[in-house]
Amino acid sequence: MAERKTFQTQRISGHSGASPGFGMQRDFQVCKLVDTTTCIGCKACEVACVEWNDMPFSPTVFDNTYQTMPETRWNFWNLIKFNEHQKPDGTIQWLMRKDQCMHCADPGCLAACPADGAIVQYANGIVDFNQENCIGCEFCVSGCPFDIPRFNPATKKVYKCTLCSDRVGQGLEPACIKACPTGCLKFGTKDDMKFIAGERAKQLRDHFDMPNAGVYDPQSIGGTHVIYVLHDATDPERYGHLPKNPTIPWSYTIWKWLAKPILGTFALFGLLGVFFHYVTVGPRRPQPEPPQREGGGE
Amino acid sequence: MSTAIDRFDDKARRSFGSIGRTEVYRGELLRHPVYTRVLHWTVAVFFFLALFSGFGIYLPWLFRWFTPIFGGGPLARAMHPWFGLGFVLFFGLQALNWFRPMVWTRTDTEWMKNIKKEVSGEEKLEPAETGFFNAGQKVQFWEIVGGCIAYLITGIILWMGASTFGRITVAVSYVIHDISALIMLGGIFIHIYLSTIGEPGTFQSMTRGAVSEAWAWTFHPAWYRQVTGRDPRQAYEEAKRKMDAEYKSS
Repeated sequence: MAERKTFQTQRISGHSGASPGFGMQRDFQVCKLVDTTTCIGCKACEVACVEWNDMPFSPTVFDNTYQTMPETRWNFWNLIKFNEHQKPDGTIQWLMRKDQCMHCADPGCLAACPADGAIVQYANGIVDFNQENCIGCEFCVSGCPFDIPRFNPATKKVYKCTLCSDRVGQGLEPACIKACPTGCLKFGTKDDMKFIAGERAKQLRDHFDMPNAGVYDPQSIGGTHVIYVLHDATDPERYGHLPKNPTIPWSYTIWKWLAKPILGTFALFGLLGVFFHYVTVGPRRPQPEPPQREGGGE
Repeated sequence: MSTAIDRFDDKARRSFGSIGRTEVYRGELLRHPVYTRVLHWTVAVFFFLALFSGFGIYLPWLFRWFTPIFGGGPLARAMHPWFGLGFVLFFGLQALNWFRPMVWTRTDTEWMKNIKKEVSGEEKLEPAETGFFNAGQKVQFWEIVGGCIAYLITGIILWMGASTFGRITVAVSYVIHDISALIMLGGIFIHIYLSTIGEPGTFQSMTRGAVSEAWAWTFHPAWYRQVTGRDPRQAYEEAKRKMDAEYKSS
C-alpha cells in the first residue's frame, strides 16, 4: 500500500485544472470472510495455501472424518474442519469450517511473545510472524485463543497463516480466496466484509430455517480480520473449538507490560544494594581486627 | 529414610574424598569436604547457564547479547530446560548433603530478629549460638529448595507446552517461573557478595575447603565449639589480648 501512496499523481504537465486523484487516499483494514453455510468442503483452499506458500505436502491422517488431518501443522496452515452436530430434532448438521489464523485486532500471540520483532501487526490488520526473530519459546501458542501457532522442531521456530501478506502487499487476494469455487470465501475491507456477512446472516434468518444465524467477529479481542457467517452464532463451539468469547491470559497483559520490567529492575537493585553495602558499611572481617586508629573514622 | 540418605551422603563424601583432598593447615579448620565443593560448583555452573540462557527468553530486547553464547535465541531456548534440569538435579544432591545442618531452630528465629545488627555491621561477632550455618544462609537454602520445586513443576509445564497442559496453565506457570528466577537473581548477588568481599576469608571454604580458626569463631561460634571443644568467645579474647599486646609493643 505504501508504494501506491508514493506513486500517487501530484502534478501533471500541461494539464488544466486539478490533478485527478490528488490528495485522495484510503487506509483500510483487510478482512477475509468465510461463509460456512456455502462451504462444500472441497479443500481447494488447503491446496492453494500449500501451493502458494511453497510448503512440502505432509502426509495426511485419517481420523474417520473427511478432515485432511486432525490439526493444522507448521507447514499446513489452512484446514477445513468437519464436524457433525445433532440438532434437537435429531437430524444431523454437517458443519465445515475453514480453520486458520484469525488475525485478531488484539492478538494474544503478540502479547505473549517476548522476542523483539518476532510478531508484527500491520496497519491493514494482518498479524505476521518474522521467523528470523523468533526464539521458539512457544509462548504465542498459549497466548492464542484459537490454538493456531505451530512449532517446527527442526527449525525451532513457530509458523502460521500470513493471510498471504506477500500477495496482499501486491494488491492480490490471498491464495485460498482465489481458489474457492463456491464464493464462500471473500476478501476485501473489513467494513465491506462485515456488511456482506451481515446481509448474508439476515438472508439466512429471514429465508432459511436458521433463526440464530449470525456473524462471528468476537469483540472480546477487538474483532478479527477473518470473520465467519455461522448457521448458529449462539454456539460457535460446535464448529470445532471456536471459542464464544476468546480471551488473552491476564499474565500476558499485566505481567509482561507492568510487573516484568518493574520486578526485573528490582532484582537488579540487589546488585546496587550489595555494592553500596560494601562502600558504606564495608566488609565484616574475622575478629579480632587491629585496634582502631584514634581520631580516625566516622 | 533419613538413614538411607545418610549412608548415601557418607559414601559420596568418602568416594569424592579419595579423588580429591583438603589440606588443613595449622590454625585452620575443615569447612567443606571435596564432595560438597564439587556439588557447589556444579550447581553454580548450571545455575549461570540456566540464568544467562533464561535472560534471552525473559527479555530478549534487553539481553539478546547473551544468546550468541548459546548459539542464538532458539538454541538458548532449546538448551535452557536441560541446564535447569542439571541445576535442580545437582542442587537436589546438595540439599540431601546439607539437609541436617540446614534444619531451622529457635536460634535462627532469634538471629532473624537481630538481622538489622548483622547487616549494619554493628555486631562484629556472630551470636554465640550460631552453628554451621546461620539463619540467613538457611533462608537462602530453603528459598532455593522451594524455588527448585517451583522451577521443576512450572518448567516442565512450559517445556511440554500448551498442547499438553493447556494455555492457561502455561500462562500462569510462566509468571511463577519468572518470579522464582527474580528472587534467585536477587539472592545470587547477596550470596556472591557475602562469600567474597563482604566477608573476607569465606571464599576459600568453597575452594580449598578450609577456613581460619578466627573466621570460625567470628562467624560460626557454635560450630567452632563443636569441632575444637574450645570456647569461641574465650578464643577470641585470647587472640585479641595477644594482638593488642603486639600493637602496644610496636
